[in-house]
Amino acid sequence: MEGTETLTYDFQQGKEGRARIVLKGRLDKDTAASIWQQSTERLRQTEPGLLLVQVGDVDYCDAEGIALLVEYKRLQRQSKRQIEIQGLRPQFQQLMAVFEIDRIVLPPLGPGLLTGFVRSLGEEVVRFAHDFHAQVSFTGEVCAKLLKALRRPGSLRLKDMLLMAEKAGANAVGITAMLGFLIGLIIAFQSAASLEAFGAEVFVADLVVLGLTRELGPLITAVVLASRSGSAFAAEIGTMKVNEEIDALTTMALDPVQYLVLPRVIAAILIMPLLTMFNELFGLIGCGLVMASWNVPMETYIERIRAAATLTDFFSGLVKTFVFGALIAGLGCLRGLQTQTGPSAVGDSTTRAVVSSIIAIIVADGVFAVVYYFLGI
Amino acid sequence: MAANGEPIVIVKDLTVGYGDTVILQDINFEVHTGEIFGILGGSGSGKSTLLKSMIGLQTPLRGSVLIDGTNIVAAQGDERVAVLKKIGVSYQSGALFGSMNIVENVSIVLEEFTDLPQSAIELIAQMKLKAVGLQDAAYKMPAELSGGMKKRAAIARALAIDPKVLFLDEPSAGLDPITSAQLDQLILDLSDSLHLTFVIVTHELPSIFAVTDRVIMLEKERKTTIAIGAPEALRESEDPTVRRFFNRQPAEVGSA
Repeated sequence: MEGTETLTYDFQQGKEGRARIVLKGRLDKDTAASIWQQSTERLRQTEPGLLLVQVGDVDYCDAEGIALLVEYKRLQRQSKRQIEIQGLRPQFQQLMAVFEIDRIVLPPLGPGLLTGFVRSLGEEVVRFAHDFHAQVSFTGEVCAKLLKALRRPGSLRLKDMLLMAEKAGANAVGITAMLGFLIGLIIAFQSAASLEAFGAEVFVADLVVLGLTRELGPLITAVVLASRSGSAFAAEIGTMKVNEEIDALTTMALDPVQYLVLPRVIAAILIMPLLTMFNELFGLIGCGLVMASWNVPMETYIERIRAAATLTDFFSGLVKTFVFGALIAGLGCLRGLQTQTGPSAVGDSTTRAVVSSIIAIIVADGVFAVVYYFLGI
Repeated sequence: MAANGEPIVIVKDLTVGYGDTVILQDINFEVHTGEIFGILGGSGSGKSTLLKSMIGLQTPLRGSVLIDGTNIVAAQGDERVAVLKKIGVSYQSGALFGSMNIVENVSIVLEEFTDLPQSAIELIAQMKLKAVGLQDAAYKMPAELSGGMKKRAAIARALAIDPKVLFLDEPSAGLDPITSAQLDQLILDLSDSLHLTFVIVTHELPSIFAVTDRVIMLEKERKTTIAIGAPEALRESEDPTVRRFFNRQPAEVGSA
């Protein structure tokens, strides 16, 4: 079946609006590609009333070769002109019968630019409202079930909770401690360089200890938890949703919120303060290292810490961490439960979990700042 | 079903396993040009493992798989690309790329391996979809298709680069009998008109009798082929396992 390796192509313009295309040799995806643009362009320019395509000497033809002939037919018919394909061998006629199409299905038209913008804006607003509603009702549901579960602690799944606490807590000690150390080091170094000009480098300790206990410690730990565990919760529960495991739980009269969400939320609430303390401790060690390199004696450094920060500062930071932990775990689980179908669904849920928990953390932190201000803490 | 006797796929002394476990031991058979060849066997008999070795996804412990003269097991670089262009594979679940619509799923190979202009690729992709009866679904996403349509789309994608051999992994899995029979008809039509060679992994008896010219049967315990030949002939096999397999549900087979 395979003769020559090349295709010869000849376009002849005849009288009275006639034209002839003669193809010889091998008409396959490579040779068709080489003349496709040139020959269709020529057809569009010359607009022959009758086109004869002679393919009697085509000795190999594949589906792409057939496609070229189909394209000629389509171009001619589009403008109500004639076409005749002559000498196509029987085995290639069979290909033509399988593959020939007389029209191209067009992609569905999207909305125009302005209407599209207005529509997507509206959809976004509605989606936001729905999402807010879902978050509020989910918060209520989790709180109600949490209270119910605390009254009957036997109903809590202790094993799951400990496993979650290990995965989200114990396994994250290293990274939170390291981040705390680096943040302490960096802030101390940056501020020491500036305060040195006033001979006030000893007050770096005040700055770092207050910054860490009140704001940075809880925030950084929360970001670590959101990116490590909030995403994992969303992915785990999302995969279960896709596998219909959530449906299976529901039809077995096991409440997914109690079964999956509560252990994670409780675990996150319990480990957040502990992780935060690790973070702050190592932050102070990092700061101490910088102080030592500025020749501030250790005793002075520790004395400054004790003078600058009170237990109120320390606990005002820790109180936030309970709320952050609940927000991160809750949003992670909610995004998991909201997982749609489709190949990217779990990935989308994970992204949404991290994004919405980080937003929620910052918003909550702002609320705390205002509340603490009015309480005079 | 115009088998002309020339072998196009030659499996020689193929031994496949993971670690110390051998799943298939010394498999030998040939698939002839233009035939529809079935790979049968119960669950865990190594059908899918054999298929994976034949399409180069699983490296066997020993042996070779020649596809149109090239050993796919050893082929590297350009040679491997060349042999992969000669085969098309339709996976059990379709394996359509979920983030692309059907036309894009079919076009992707043409865009990569040909110099055809975009409008030509669009036309060709729709022609391939027409061949499997899916042209009107061209702009649907895989998630919007029914099970049978997904299988058809997967076959259209496998046809995209004009392969010589088409491998189908359980084409009727998860389909109702009517859709399954329509798919069998599509396989017969394509075989007839495109002179393609098919290698089909299946355990659906009606499909086996409806489409395959010859089959091999694998068994878990013996780790090798226990029968080879035309399905009709295997009904009279000496081997009790083979006989039992081919004589199940006689009523259904008769109507298929």
